[in-house]
Amino acid sequence: MAQVNTRERAAERQASRSPLERSRTDRMAAGVAGGIGRHLGVDSNIVRAGFIGLSFAVGFGVVVYLLTWLLAPLEAATAAATPHPRKVRTPTKSQMVGAGLVAVGLVILLWISGLWFGGDLGWPVVLAAIGFAILWARSTDDGSGRWTLSSLGTPLESVVTGEISLPRVAVGSLLILAGMAVFLAANTSLAAAGNMLLAVIVAIGGAALLAGPWVWSMGRALVEERSSRIRSDARAEMAAHLHDSVLQTLALIQRAKAPREMASLARTQERELRAWLYGRAPALAGVRLRDAIDSMAGRIERQHQVSVEAVVVGAAELDDRLRALVNACAEAVANAARHSGSTTISVYVEVEADTISAFVRDQGAGFDPDVVPSDRRGIADSIVGRIERRGGSAHVHSRPGAGTEVVIQLPTAAP
Amino acid sequence: MTVRVFVVDDHKLFRSGVRAELSRELEIVGDAGSVEEAVPGILASRPDVVLLDVHMSGGGGRTVIEAVHTARPEVRFLALSVSDAAEDVIGIIRAGARGYVTKSISAEELSSAVRRIHDGDAVFSPRLAGFVLDAFGGEAPQPLDPELDLLSRREREVLRYIARGYTYKEVAHELHISVKTVETHVSAVLRKLQLSNRYELTRWAADRRLV
Repeated sequence: MAQVNTRERAAERQASRSPLERSRTDRMAAGVAGGIGRHLGVDSNIVRAGFIGLSFAVGFGVVVYLLTWLLAPLEAATAAATPHPRKVRTPTKSQMVGAGLVAVGLVILLWISGLWFGGDLGWPVVLAAIGFAILWARSTDDGSGRWTLSSLGTPLESVVTGEISLPRVAVGSLLILAGMAVFLAANTSLAAAGNMLLAVIVAIGGAALLAGPWVWSMGRALVEERSSRIRSDARAEMAAHLHDSVLQTLALIQRAKAPREMASLARTQERELRAWLYGRAPALAGVRLRDAIDSMAGRIERQHQVSVEAVVVGAAELDDRLRALVNACAEAVANAARHSGSTTISVYVEVEADTISAFVRDQGAGFDPDVVPSDRRGIADSIVGRIERRGGSAHVHSRPGAGTEVVIQLPTAAP
Repeated sequence: MTVRVFVVDDHKLFRSGVRAELSRELEIVGDAGSVEEAVPGILASRPDVVLLDVHMSGGGGRTVIEAVHTARPEVRFLALSVSDAAEDVIGIIRAGARGYVTKSISAEELSSAVRRIHDGDAVFSPRLAGFVLDAFGGEAPQPLDPELDLLSRREREVLRYIARGYTYKEVAHELHISVKTVETHVSAVLRKLQLSNRYELTRWAADRRLV
């Protein structure tokens, strides 16, 4: 445990180093060796050899392996899909010597403390570690970070892990208890005086193994929840502030007798800021009819310094036919902006079960449809033609002095 | 008789702007920049119509309506906003406002809206008409109270014209009915909007957040 924690802290200190995550791609069992190898920048096979070597030391390697499996999260699926940029280093001579010295030191340490190949401690630890792993096998999902008992996907893991089940909990608990019992049985001869103390320590250790990860995960979930709440609070506060200050100012500029360009600029910025504040991604303009109409209105407001009031009722996903409708509306609005002299243009689009209707209206000069100037004829044709090719109809209603309205109707399904 | 107006908005510049624009035709009897000032101010000055900002620190327009309504039910409210979020607009109408306009409305339109509210009518901007059509649209799975939960065909027609940018007068002309009849339809829609328990209404507004 201490080893892994130290390593994790080291990883935190060294931001440039890739985090310790179990590998999805480079894996024999749970991806632990692959992950450590990537984290340390050494070949994963060297790590595997290290684990096997350490396992001879009363199962020490097994314990470290299982602990790492439990503590290190599985890397994100997307990260696995792209080849990892980090290159595996081949260890230099001095690094090899260093690693060797560390290994020798470990062996000596274990030997001095009487643990080398000692069954008295080794088997109980191995039993307890396996029980621990069965109980608390880390979940596959990367998001929640909860300790759940779900399948991991490799053959070895699916034997150990699986659905949440009573047998599993029972087997895991039994193994931990067995480890405690074997340890106590083997060590009663140590020193009669120390027996009480030892029993207490073993009991505490067992309890920690049984419940520790749960406590750990609770703490982690709490921290995550708090930080996400702080983030959303900050965003809401900023939105409220922008709403109370900038949006109000933009509205004021539009009210004031400001030059037309300035009022139009203010309107555009208000539209954009509002879209951002209320969390609408600009990318959606290419997906939903409502957003497409809105962004069309914004574009023409910018180009022609008019105000376009767009109202959309009902919802529809954009397809070729609806794109034609949006383009025809854009033509009609631009047309009104150029010729009507009106400063406000209304756009109303309604999605019904069988028809989609669009109305573009201005209260400007109007014209006599029978005596149409040639330039407007062409535009009307482009609106009408575009819609009729898709099985719909478009009409222009206008009278001199009474404004103009373009009415477009398109059946929802292609003819 | 001039209409007595009270302005509630937490932006001083906006209040003085509205005061300057409207004082030619209407009598501004007071203004307030916060909910705490607004409630006693309205109770003391007895205005006919209150122009009310939807968003204010300390509770917003809804709080003002709720606090004033019990003591002075005759005071009418016209909501003003820059936000246009459906849940805010529907929310303030359901709290008791008789109309909703955006702050970028022209001075002439604003003063005619105030007059209309004073006469007991409802003021629907194209956007509010769109919200209502959307909220009452689709098939109600089981209207609890058809009187309140569904719009009539005629009401729907009127709202559609308003959403298309027609004034009440133009709507009356198109439908060959009197302006008074148009006003009656709009008032009926307002009443349904305020009283209907249609669950979609709330859910829809919350889902949409913004048009």
